[in-house]
Amino acid sequence: MPLIVKSIFLFSLLVFFSGCEMQPVKPWQRGTLAKPEMQLVPDELENFLDEHIYFSKEAATGGQGVGGGGCGCN
Amino acid sequence: MKKPSSKSVRDSLTLACCTLLHTATDAQAELMEDIDIDTAVLYYSESDGRVSLIEPVVKITSELGEDEFVSLQLVFDTLTGASPNGAQASNIAQTFTSPSGKREYTTPAGELPLDDFFRDSRLAVTGSYEKPIDRLTKNTWTGTFSKEFDWLSLGAGYTYAKDFNQRNTTLTLGAGLALDTINPIGGTPIPLSAMAPPSSPQPKETDESRNTVDLMVGVTQVLSRKTITQFNFGVSQSDGYHSDPFKIVSLIDDNLGPSYGQPNGTYLHESRPDSRQRTTLYWKIAHHLTEDVINFAYRYYTDDWGVDAHTLDLKYRFRLTARDYLQPHIRYYSQTAADFYRHSLLASEALPEYVSTDLRLGEFDTLTYGIKYGRVLGKNNEISGRVEFMQQTGESNPADAIGEQQNHDLYPDLDAIILQFSYSFIW
Repeated sequence: MPLIVKSIFLFSLLVFFSGCEMQPVKPWQRGTLAKPEMQLVPDELENFLDEHIYFSKEAATGGQGVGGGGCGCN
Repeated sequence: MKKPSSKSVRDSLTLACCTLLHTATDAQAELMEDIDIDTAVLYYSESDGRVSLIEPVVKITSELGEDEFVSLQLVFDTLTGASPNGAQASNIAQTFTSPSGKREYTTPAGELPLDDFFRDSRLAVTGSYEKPIDRLTKNTWTGTFSKEFDWLSLGAGYTYAKDFNQRNTTLTLGAGLALDTINPIGGTPIPLSAMAPPSSPQPKETDESRNTVDLMVGVTQVLSRKTITQFNFGVSQSDGYHSDPFKIVSLIDDNLGPSYGQPNGTYLHESRPDSRQRTTLYWKIAHHLTEDVINFAYRYYTDDWGVDAHTLDLKYRFRLTARDYLQPHIRYYSQTAADFYRHSLLASEALPEYVSTDLRLGEFDTLTYGIKYGRVLGKNNEISGRVEFMQQTGESNPADAIGEQQNHDLYPDLDAIILQFSYSFIW
């Protein structure tokens, strides 16, 4: 597992920083990126409900944003 | 009875949004022509009669001006079922006193002790206001109120986002604060105190509180016309009461004899540290193939309780037609145990300062998989449903189990089903 995780992490950094070398995408080239399904959180309510389930059942939480507030479910 | 016009109800909702957030004037309210309504109902149910949850949620969003949004989200959830009380299974029946001290319940021999009087309802309201400062910069404020029978949480958040690099790069800075108040019936149990005999008052302290501060920095990068990625780094510091007032710990008889390895009849209230520091690294990428979309996220989590966790999440959206899609989802989660997690304590050992048998602080993996079907009816007009299955597995036979403990499952698997139905429309 650690090796897989390390590989994914290094790959993610590679992809991430390689983006800085790319040609900027112009506003008129963003038709695909503007689609609802291409948003980083395409379904906010689904994401919210999943976060609630996993916050209640797992020790780890957070990562996507701030200011969610707590509940007595964990 | 006269049916209220949709416009008047819509205006009322708009005004409710604005009044709550103190953000819009009457003139701005006039600008709000379309209101986006997102609705969903979640049904979550665990096997073996454990927790069931029904959670409807409604989010109302209106655009006040160009890229200026106000939203209000309402959640009401109802929990029922049975929750593990932290004690260990035994080959004799065990009787426990409820956390309030007002009732007792008995777990049959060989079964995981569950408090079957587990029920609660929660109302949560979240308001959000997003306003651009200029063409490249925007502020977002959020406020949350969440109330259940024995828990009150107030939260606030602020996010600053600035675009660079011809709007291909976005820097996001965020800060959040949550103030929680915990007031179970009669107060919170004294950590490490013994559970009182059945139907006796429990030793109690007063109500408790917990404050949490979250900080986050994130970068979102457009990689190509079809690929976007995000990287977040977050830290969280919480101070105050972190124990679970409903969890107890079995003291195990470790003197050789017929009851060797069984609970000796004494149960202690758990004890957790009064602070917690969490750190998260979060990476997400969305890529549009010819017709389909792939969405992947990875999170690394660590905290000063000794929990390290990895989460991998993959969604693949198959385009069936111009309007319909299928979206399989798989999520894998793995965590290490907290330093003070134990399945039980031995009667002969000195009491540790901190101990919890909460299975959620143990070492386990979660696998979730399922599928979603959605049909796009128009702009922000969609109907969808999903079904998912969740499985948690931990170490059922740990190496430090003694005697009779070795005959019991010390980390029973958890299976759950997740059903969700969603409908979004413009009013």
